[in-house]
Amino acid sequence: MKVLVFADSSNGKVAKSAFEAVTYGKKIADQSGGSQTTISYGQLEDSELDELASYGSGEILHYSGDTEMDPLRLAKLVSGVATDQGYEVIVFSHDYTGKSIAPMTAAKLRAGLVTGAIDYPKTDGGFTVKKAVFSGKAFAEVKINSTIKVISLLPNSISKEKNGATKNVSAISPDLGAHSVNVVEFKAKGGEGINLTEAELVVSAGRGLKGPENWGMIEELASELGAATACSRPVADIGWRPHHEHVGQTGIAIRPNLYIAVGISGAIQHLAGVNGSKVIVVVNTDSEAPFFTAADYGVVGDAFEVIPKLLDALKAHNAAQA
Amino acid sequence: MNILVCISKAPDTTSKITFKNKNTAFNEDGVQFIVNPYDEWYALVRALELKEAQGGKVTIVSVGGADVEPVMRKALAIGADEAARIDANPTDAFQVASEIATYCSQNSFDLILVGKETIDYNGSQVGGMLAAIVDLPFVSNVSKLEVSDGKAQVERDKQGGNEVAELNLPCVISSAKGMAEQRIPNMRGIMAARTKPLTVIPSANPETLTEITAFTLPPEKGSVKLIDPDNMEELVNLLHNEAKVI
Ligand SMILES: Cc1cc2nc3c(=O)[nH]c(=O)nc-3n(C[C@H](O)[C@H](O)[C@H](O)COP(=O)(O)OP(=O)(O)OC[C@H]3O[C@@H](n4cnc5c(N)ncnc54)[C@H](O)[C@@H]3O)c2cc1C
Ligand SMILES: Nc1ncnc2c1ncn2[C@@H]1O[C@H](COP(=O)(O)O)[C@@H](O)[C@H]1O
Repeated sequence: MKVLVFADSSNGKVAKSAFEAVTYGKKIADQSGGSQTTISYGQLEDSELDELASYGSGEILHYSGDTEMDPLRLAKLVSGVATDQGYEVIVFSHDYTGKSIAPMTAAKLRAGLVTGAIDYPKTDGGFTVKKAVFSGKAFAEVKINSTIKVISLLPNSISKEKNGATKNVSAISPDLGAHSVNVVEFKAKGGEGINLTEAELVVSAGRGLKGPENWGMIEELASELGAATACSRPVADIGWRPHHEHVGQTGIAIRPNLYIAVGISGAIQHLAGVNGSKVIVVVNTDSEAPFFTAADYGVVGDAFEVIPKLLDALKAHNAAQA
Repeated sequence: MNILVCISKAPDTTSKITFKNKNTAFNEDGVQFIVNPYDEWYALVRALELKEAQGGKVTIVSVGGADVEPVMRKALAIGADEAARIDANPTDAFQVASEIATYCSQNSFDLILVGKETIDYNGSQVGGMLAAIVDLPFVSNVSKLEVSDGKAQVERDKQGGNEVAELNLPCVISSAKGMAEQRIPNMRGIMAARTKPLTVIPSANPETLTEITAFTLPPEKGSVKLIDPDNMEELVNLLHNEAKVI
């Protein structure tokens, strides 16, 4: 199959999730005896394009006309290239950019779309893609019946793999019509912290911490681990923590390798956003807290005693590894 | 201003999820349905605030059978002026978007709001597909929305921050947390909702492009391994050597 992968970037940097999407697209092409091409946009240095090329076939179509994420124009870009060059599978990342462009592209192509794919498509007797549904409480196999298939890959679902391809960039400059979105300003989220949706390790805390002044130890633990910080909904609602840290059914959904939950009860709506995590550690004074049933490792104890001890143990471990 | 809010029904967030027909269909027995939270708390409430400030009308539309009418009445009780139900069984995002697109082309809306996703199938598809079919600008995951001078000023979520942007009306916007605060319907609203117009519109029978062939439940977690709170060295050791995550 001929596979086209859309690689997102902003401020001259290719998104980490794009490397996963390219790896994914390349593998689909290899397994079906087809070819893979990457489509990118924005102002990208050669070194960024080198990196992007190394995960796929090396073939890159680059459009430098837009630097802002204008969904209508980018959907025209991708669907136009797909139609002209006969791509059969189109891959996006299921991140904010993909959530805007993938559905528009799919509708323009009258192509079935599976968002948030967590595995490679199954192609015996059709084309079926697995995704999480009911906020992680179940999975669905979704069969795409249209000729062209569009998939957006959930970040952190597969590991990116280099294959040493060298890049071959072709510049493209199709007419995309008028701009539909005028970007005024980018407001970076407070702090230099690690981006929560992309983080491999996350330390999260809830109402059990009693007040915003007690988050110092959480931040210190996160920084020692190189982790992002998150929180439960009530903590964001009462303003102890910024809204963008709120994870769960009504916040953001994450699936890091490690999720450490401190003083969070583990309500079903909270679990819905974190139950895709590979390993869950729960620290809670209440041995009956529902979170323990979803945890891999549990510590029944007071966060104010446990976290400083964990921090010490971790520092010793990191020092020994160094 | 004429605002359309797309409403979907969704299982209550505490529902136990089970399947029937050899795991090919969601078992709705005993499940309580609510208005999809993003549609209700953010899209609908923001639409009502804009109408209250600037005048106009808020219409809700839902693609579904008669079983969605109770949640549509809830949206009317919160304050929507009228409702349209497109009589079809929704199974695919392209189908739903096509139905709503046909409805939009027969009416004229200045602003179309959807939720960022439904909490059952977690699609995040209908809004963008609808925008592409009716050829309108679209932005997703909007956490702030103002409207003035024929333009929508939005803040959309982006990796690492929020982007402030502007787009011309009419447009389609997907709504996320931050856009508004949940409103609880009062008795007057509930009484008024009973007599507000709810029109049933026949389906345009658009094509579907996808189908769910099977559901599975996640494997049961093995039981939790408890660690002595005084022995955090062991936890670090397990995370490093057993789980291999640090
Ligand atoms: C429709 C809907 C959507 C929702 N969406 C979300 C969502 O997206 N995300 C979300 O998080 N919630 C969501 N909720 C709220 C959810 O139901 C819970 O109320 C919330 O997750 C509880 O937050 P918490 O665990 O921080 O607080 P609590 O439930 O108050 O739990 C605090 C925990 O801390 C423990 N504790 C207390 N002191 C200590 C100590 N010293 N050391 C260690 N542990 C301690 C307690 O034993 C307790 O388990 C939603 C609710 C609804 C109805
Ligand atoms: N059956 C439906 N009828 C009307 N609107 C819907 C329907 N399904 C989804 N939507 C709207 O589209 C948004 C995104 O849905 P989805 O693409 O299914 O995640 C929802 O939040 C609703 O606003």
